[in-house]
Parts: sequence; C-alpha cells; structure tokens
Amino acid sequence: MTKTYTDADAALDGLLFDGMTIAAGGFGLCGIPELLIEALRRSGAKNLTVASNNCGVDGFGLGVLLNTRQISRMISSYVGENAEFMRQYLSGELELEFNPQGTLAERMRAGGAGIPGFYTATGVGTIVAEGKEHKEFNGRVHILETGIIADLSIVKAWKADPSGNLIFRKTARNFNVPAATCGKVCVAEVEEIVPLGSLDPDHIHLPGIYVNRIVSGVHEKRIEQLTVRPKEVA
Amino acid sequence: MPWDRNRMAARAAQELQDGWYVNLGIGIPTLISNHIPTGIAVTLQSENGMLGMGPFPIAGEEDPDLINAGKQTIAELPQTAYFDSATSFAMIRGGKIDMAILGAMEVSEEGDLANWMVPGKLVKGMGGAMDLVAGVKRVVVVMDHTDKAGRSKVLKSCTLPLTGKAVVDRIITDLGVLDVVPGGLKVVELADGISLGHLRAATMASLLN
Repeated sequence: MTKTYTDADAALDGLLFDGMTIAAGGFGLCGIPELLIEALRRSGAKNLTVASNNCGVDGFGLGVLLNTRQISRMISSYVGENAEFMRQYLSGELELEFNPQGTLAERMRAGGAGIPGFYTATGVGTIVAEGKEHKEFNGRVHILETGIIADLSIVKAWKADPSGNLIFRKTARNFNVPAATCGKVCVAEVEEIVPLGSLDPDHIHLPGIYVNRIVSGVHEKRIEQLTVRPKEVA
Repeated sequence: MPWDRNRMAARAAQELQDGWYVNLGIGIPTLISNHIPTGIAVTLQSENGMLGMGPFPIAGEEDPDLINAGKQTIAELPQTAYFDSATSFAMIRGGKIDMAILGAMEVSEEGDLANWMVPGKLVKGMGGAMDLVAGVKRVVVVMDHTDKAGRSKVLKSCTLPLTGKAVVDRIITDLGVLDVVPGGLKVVELADGISLGHLRAATMASLLN
C-alpha cells in the first residue's frame, strides 16, 4: 500500500463531501497547505466548516475558499488579515467561532489523543466562557472545552518519507501537528518526499501513523509581513 | 513630561530578570527588546512555536518559514528551539513563562484586562492573548494612560469585553507605574515631572499611596 499520490487533486480524491469539517495547519501564511487548499477549491466541495488558526489573506491560503463561497463556518483565533472574510462575516454569510489560540490548539490535540474534553483557565470571566461548564480545581475556576475531531486534516510539512513520517521546518510547524492528529483522515503536502531510511528516526516530528496520504509539490510560501534590518557594516 | 513610547518600553524592560522566559505582545511591547539591560539574559517566546526569538533578519536572509506571532519575518539565535502550537500553549498554560508584557485598551483596579474587542467595531480575534494572561506567571500591561479623547484607560471596572479577569499584576503607562493590590492600585512610580495630582486626575480607579 502506498501513501504517495501524484498530485493534490488525487490526494483528496474520495475524501471530500459537502458539509464536512476540515482541520487545517498553518499560522498566518506560514506552513499552510497551499496545494491542498487549491485542490479543495477545484473540487467544489462546499458548506465546509474549517478549523484553522487564521483564514489566509484575500486570494491566498484559505482566502481562496472564501472567494468561491465554499466555507460556511470558521473556527479560528484571529482573522484580521482578510477583507473578504470580514465582508462575508458582517453580512451573515459566514459563521465564525472565535477560540483562544491555545484552546484551539489543545482542542485539536485532545481530539486526536482521544480526550473528549479538558478544563482550562483560559477565557474564564470572558465571553468565551459563556454557556460552558465551570469547575474549580485547586481554588481556581476553569471551563470545559471539547476536543475537535475533523473529517479531514490538511497539513503542510517540509519533508516526508514514503511511510508518512514528517519533518517540519522552523516556525512552519505551528498548528500542523495538532491539526494532523485530529483528522479521521490526514493528507499532508510536503516540499520533498525522501527515500525510506533517509530521515533520522530520532528526528521525526510527526510519526506516519497520523498521515494517510502524502503529496509533494512546489510551494509559493508567500511572506505576509516582510521585516528586515540593514546589513551590519563591519 | 509624560513618557513617550520608547521611555515606556525602556521602563518596561526594567521588569525583566536574568534567566527569564518572556512573551512580548505587539505594539509598544515589541520595542522592549531594544532596551534589555546589559547583564540580563532573557529568552523571548513567540507563541506560534519558538523560544529564543531573534531580531529581524538581514535583508535578503528572510525565510517564509520563520516568522513571529505578529507574522513578521525574524531571525533565529544559537539557543533557538521550535515546537508546535499545542506545545507552545502547554508551556504558556502550564505556567512556564515568567512574564508577558502586553498592550491594553482598558485595565481595571482589580486587574481585569480588555485588549481584544470593541463592540460594534471590526473584531479580529483574541489570538493568544487570553491564553497568555491566564497562564503566564506575571502579566505587565504597557499602554497610554488615557485614550485619544483623553478618557482614562485605568478604570474601576472595564467597559469593554474582557481578555481576562484579575490577571494584571503591574500597569506601566506614560504617566507612571501602578501595581494591582487588594483594594485598588498602588502608585509605584511617577513619570518624570508628573505629579500625583496629575496621575489622580487621569485615573478613574482607586489609587492607594
């Protein structure tokens, strides 16, 4: 059985349906599964609920699925970079559930780890806590948050081997690990698929058990905010 | 003279202690890294998955895989470590970060913080702010004492939706430094040339001497 697919469309074939929940990795535009997002756009799957820290920018990342009206609900912590998102949200076309960033990451981690819910002090006394069970531990009030189990996870890594073991690069790891674990099926896109045995088993960031399908391709890797300092003069 | 942004950042930098792990928010807090006192080594955490955050990269060396929580390109340091978002917030929620320095729209005398949402205005989201103020050992707010209309941002109770309840330990403003203590706010320090009367007039909370 091979996990390697020829392109992103083939890697998603048979996995998509209208109304499904998708967990996507990435932070801002860093480490987003840009090839799989484009394939999702081409698939036409709609009425999607997407759990992702952000929602891309206009015309790139998850933003492309907003232009095509394929997303009906987002679970995110920060969506400030996307004008079309705001337009659809304010007009009521798009439903939005704000989660604190760490709560969102832990909801994914918990969902993937077989933990249906967990208590956290994050958000106590704020609108995030409204309607949630409150419970005191060691004199401090916590709220109950639930794990997320997605129908599909789409993630982006740096390298994979054919067994699906993944290695990420720098801060592009971010939500890709928790998102990958919380899907019933996980499809990973990578910059390079390397031969079996060429990744050091001690250096695997995400074991292949979490990854059902892999596809490699060329990534644009757009920079959202370029900030630099001048070269120091010796 | 009230402190300007750089003086506020320099004052906030005096809060840092050698060996601490610190998370700096966006706005004035990002300026603090320019003022870290000599002999004080702090490790900056960026909640998107990095400890040992370095400066902006030299032009031409920027890397799309290396950004901070404000989505700006940055550089790494010899001690840098990377990790995923769940691990990042495990160290925040687990109380491993010594201090967070954040901006604010309002702070109350009980240490309530509002810095993410103005009803009726565009809401972008809380990002990691709620997790940070709930989990980090010590929370310091750096902000202007009053808003553009001259209204106090230091209040008896916040009017805006909260980021956290009873989470702020110290407030550094352009007028001085206040600590959240039982019964109100204790004046720790006044900015150069600012009188206690000036501070009182600009504060809508109980001030203790």
